[in-house]
Amino acid sequence: MACSGRRFPGSLRRVVLVATVLLTPSAAWTHAFPDHADPRVGHTTDTPPTQVRIWFDGEIEPVFSTIRVENADRQQVDSKDGRVNPRDRRLLEVRVPPLPPGKYRVFWSVVARDGHRTEGDYPFRVK
Amino acid sequence: MNKCMTGLFVMTVAVFALPIAAHAHGLIGKCFLPATLAIDDPFVADELSLPTISHIRRPASGDGPATKETEISGEFSKRLSPNLGITFEGAYRILDQEHDATLKGFDNLGVSLKYVFFRSPERQTLLSAGIGWDVGGTGSAAVGAESFHTVTPQLFWGKCFGDLPDSVSFLQPLVFTGAFGVGIPTRHANTTTNVDPGTGELTVQRDINASVVKWGFSIQYDLYYLQSFVRDVGLRAPFNRLVPLVEFAMQTPLNGAIAGKTTGTINPGIIWFGRYVQLGVEAQIPVNTRTGKNVGILGQIHFYLDDIAPRFFTWTPFHGVLGPTFPR
Repeated sequence: MACSGRRFPGSLRRVVLVATVLLTPSAAWTHAFPDHADPRVGHTTDTPPTQVRIWFDGEIEPVFSTIRVENADRQQVDSKDGRVNPRDRRLLEVRVPPLPPGKYRVFWSVVARDGHRTEGDYPFRVK
Repeated sequence: MNKCMTGLFVMTVAVFALPIAAHAHGLIGKCFLPATLAIDDPFVADELSLPTISHIRRPASGDGPATKETEISGEFSKRLSPNLGITFEGAYRILDQEHDATLKGFDNLGVSLKYVFFRSPERQTLLSAGIGWDVGGTGSAAVGAESFHTVTPQLFWGKCFGDLPDSVSFLQPLVFTGAFGVGIPTRHANTTTNVDPGTGELTVQRDINASVVKWGFSIQYDLYYLQSFVRDVGLRAPFNRLVPLVEFAMQTPLNGAIAGKTTGTINPGIIWFGRYVQLGVEAQIPVNTRTGKNVGILGQIHFYLDDIAPRFFTWTPFHGVLGPTFPR
């Protein structure tokens, strides 16, 4: 059976349009949620990382976004140069010196382009 | 049990077995809780559930025929302050009776207030209290809407388990929410007078309008929490925003002929949440034969109005524009 646009009243088309916009995934979202990270959340890395990076699903504001890495004794071990990557505004990163084996936790706080803050933390381990 | 009592029992089961309405979403610390479908959760928020559709088949009982019950409901919630919210809800019911007429009509309008009185981001715990008002006489008696008001004081809780030790880290995405309340009818009993056409004899029948304990809880496993804060298990969109859950929505009358006879459903399902909207679907498994024998289905589209248009929807009378439920 052939489909015709005439079969759908204007109101139905509007509902479909609104639903399509609302259901379109992350590209249309204005908040920033973590998408993935390196080192990976909860994983053990064989080689010490040189930096910790978190990719978000939306662009984040450099001025209000922070990242910090702590060791098991809750001492800050990163190079305190956390930043939003200027070429990829979805990437929050910080350099770290060669980390000895142990448990570490990354604390992050970001503000999305629309002003909404999200924050969290995650662990990783160096073998 | 005589026919009248059986009919009363069937109607009471049908009415009370429906989900406890009114839902909200929100955050405790970094733990996000979606709006649950069958029971209320502890948050206050600016949001719209439209529609929530429930369909289940009730078995024949006594004089009552088997009935396919469909309910299409909507609900609008608005924050009045950061911790106080009001909800309006309505439902249209279709009762497709086997070998009998199909009954249609609106259920009573519902209005409720909720206040969050305890919030601990560190312990990821939140408590709130509320009161619901089923506005009697605003719905159709044909579909079971009562002519009297029912007032329901309720207590709500939400607890995320992100504070569990890392040795049991895979339990950290667990979420436990619940609600407990007592629906108190403003009319204790309905009295019906009948005249026997043959003898002219008057019979007076008095049916108790039972107070009902409405209780339920949900157990959720937040894959977003797992993926973002515990362990990257390789989930990508849209699977990293899924929340498998089981809801238990129960009702226990306290007095009358059906005192102590619990009805309800166990609802396994899944919720997907995005930035502005969440979608949920659950099966409704009757908890006992009093509730029914057939599995029903419950689905919902839920809009986060506070995130869709924060400056418009989150205005409050005493605290100005609150912004979205998510942290600012």
